[in-house]
Amino acid sequence: MGVVFGHLSDYASGFWYTVALTLASFLVSLLVGIVIATMRISPAAPARAAGLFYVETVRNTPLLVLLFLFFFGLTKVGLAYSIFVSGVIVIGAYHGAFVAEALRSGVGAVSKGQAEAARSIGLTFSQSLRYVVLPQAFRTVVPPIGNIFIALTKNTSLITVIAGVDLTSAADRLNTTYAQAIPIFFGAAVAYLILTIPSGLAFGWIERKVAIAR
Amino acid sequence: MSQQPSVLYDALGPRGQRRVVIGSVLAGVLIIGVVALGIVRLAAKGQFQTTRWEVFTQPAVVRFLANGLLATVRVALTAGLLSLVFGLALALARLSVRRAARYATGAWIEFFRGVPLLLLILFIAHGLPQYGMKLSAYWFLVLGLTIYNSAVLAEIFRAGILSLDRGQREAAYAIGLTYAQSMRLVIVPQAVRRMVPTLVSQLVTLLKDSSLGFVIPFEELLRRGRGLGEFYPQSILQAYVVVAAIYIAVNFSLGRVAVWLEGRQAHRYGGRVHLPGGPEDLAMIEVRSAALVPSD
Repeated sequence: MGVVFGHLSDYASGFWYTVALTLASFLVSLLVGIVIATMRISPAAPARAAGLFYVETVRNTPLLVLLFLFFFGLTKVGLAYSIFVSGVIVIGAYHGAFVAEALRSGVGAVSKGQAEAARSIGLTFSQSLRYVVLPQAFRTVVPPIGNIFIALTKNTSLITVIAGVDLTSAADRLNTTYAQAIPIFFGAAVAYLILTIPSGLAFGWIERKVAIAR
Repeated sequence: MSQQPSVLYDALGPRGQRRVVIGSVLAGVLIIGVVALGIVRLAAKGQFQTTRWEVFTQPAVVRFLANGLLATVRVALTAGLLSLVFGLALALARLSVRRAARYATGAWIEFFRGVPLLLLILFIAHGLPQYGMKLSAYWFLVLGLTIYNSAVLAEIFRAGILSLDRGQREAAYAIGLTYAQSMRLVIVPQAVRRMVPTLVSQLVTLLKDSSLGFVIPFEELLRRGRGLGEFYPQSILQAYVVVAAIYIAVNFSLGRVAVWLEGRQAHRYGGRVHLPGGPEDLAMIEVRSAALVPSD
C-alpha cells in the first residue's frame, strides 16, 4: 500500500479530473435527455422519429467507438476540441439517450388522470408537460437517473483511452512505473467507490425527499 | 413502432398539422444545414472520395473486419455464458441462509459492480502478468467481462428470484422439498425464464463492453477498425464509421429480439417484465429486499 500513500497527489489530480468530467457530462446528459424525451412524446411525428433514431443509434454503439469517431473524426473536419471537452460532449450525449428513455418511462408512469385533468382545464401540450406531467415524472425517475449517474461516473474512465488524465489513467501510469498492480488499482477502485457509494445514497435521499405521498 | 394514443394532445387539426409541417421543415433545414456544413468541410478534405471508401469492398478487408466481428461475438458469448453460471452462483450465495456467505458475496458483488470495467480490464491485462498470471488477450478480456457481468447478472437473478410469488416457495416446502431442491426444481427455473429478455439485452451491453478489449489489445472489431485506419491512413474516419455501423446493426437486432421476447413474456405472465431505462441501467438494478431465507 506504500506506493498508494506515496502518490496520493497523483490520485487526487485524477480524482478531481474524474469528478469534473462526471459533473459536466451529467449536466450535458440531462439537457440532451430532456430534449430527446420531449421529442419522443411530442405530437409531431417527425420529432418522434428523430428522437427514436437518436436513442437507437447512440444506445447501440459502444461509447468507445463514439469517442473515437468524435475525437478523431472531428479533427478531419478541422474542428479540434480538447480531450476534456470531447469527453464531456460524447459522454454527455451518450448517457443523454439513457436519460431520455428514463424520462419517457417516467412520463408514462404518471397516472393518466393527471394528463387528462391538465388537458381538460385547457392546458396545451407544452403547458401540461411543464406544469403537470414533467414535475411528477422527474420524481419517479430519480432512481433510474441515479443509476445512470453512477454508470456515467464509471464510464468517464474511457477518457483514459484518448489520453485523458483521470483516475483510471493515473492508476495505469503508476502501475507502469512501479509494477505493483494490486495496491495501485485497488486504490483507484476505492476512489471510484468513494464517488459512487455516496452518490447512490444521495439519490436515495433525494428519492425519499421528493416522493409523492399517496 | 406503433404510436400509442396519448392523452397529452388531441389528434392534430389542420392548423396543428400545418404547424408540424412548418416546424419539421425548419428543423429539417437547420439539421440539413449543419450536416451539409460538415459534409462540405469533409468533402473539402476529400473525405468522400470513393478511394477512401473503396478499401471496404476489398475481400481481404471485409474478411479482416468480419473476423473482428467474429472475435467480438465469440468473446461476448463466452463471457456471457460464464457470467450466467457465476452470476447464478453469486445470486444463490447472496440469498444463502448463512450470514457469512451473504455478506461476503454482497461485498464482492457491490465492489465489482461499483468499479469501472476499464479499470478492471487494465488491472487484469497490465497487472496480472506481474504476478505471473499470463493468459492470452482473449482470456484476459473474457475474465474481465465475466467478473464484472457476473456481479451484474447476480443482482438480476436475485431480483428475478425475489419477484416470484412466495407461494411457489411455500408450496415447494409443503410437498417436502429441501431448500436446495426447491431452489433447483421450482424457484430458479422460473426466475431464469422470467429474466430471459433482460438477459438478452444484457448481451447487448456485453457486446458493447467487449470493445474495451481495445486496450489489452485484443483483436476485436474496434481494434480491427483502428488497425485498418493505420494501414490505410486516408480511410481512418471511414473505418470508424463502418465499425459503428456494424455495432449498431448487430445490437439493434439483438435489442429487437429482447423486445420481442418481452412481448411474449408479457403475454404469458399477463404483466410486463419491466426493462428499466435501458441496458446500461441494469448495471445498477436495485434489489430492495432482505435475503431469501425459509421463514422458520
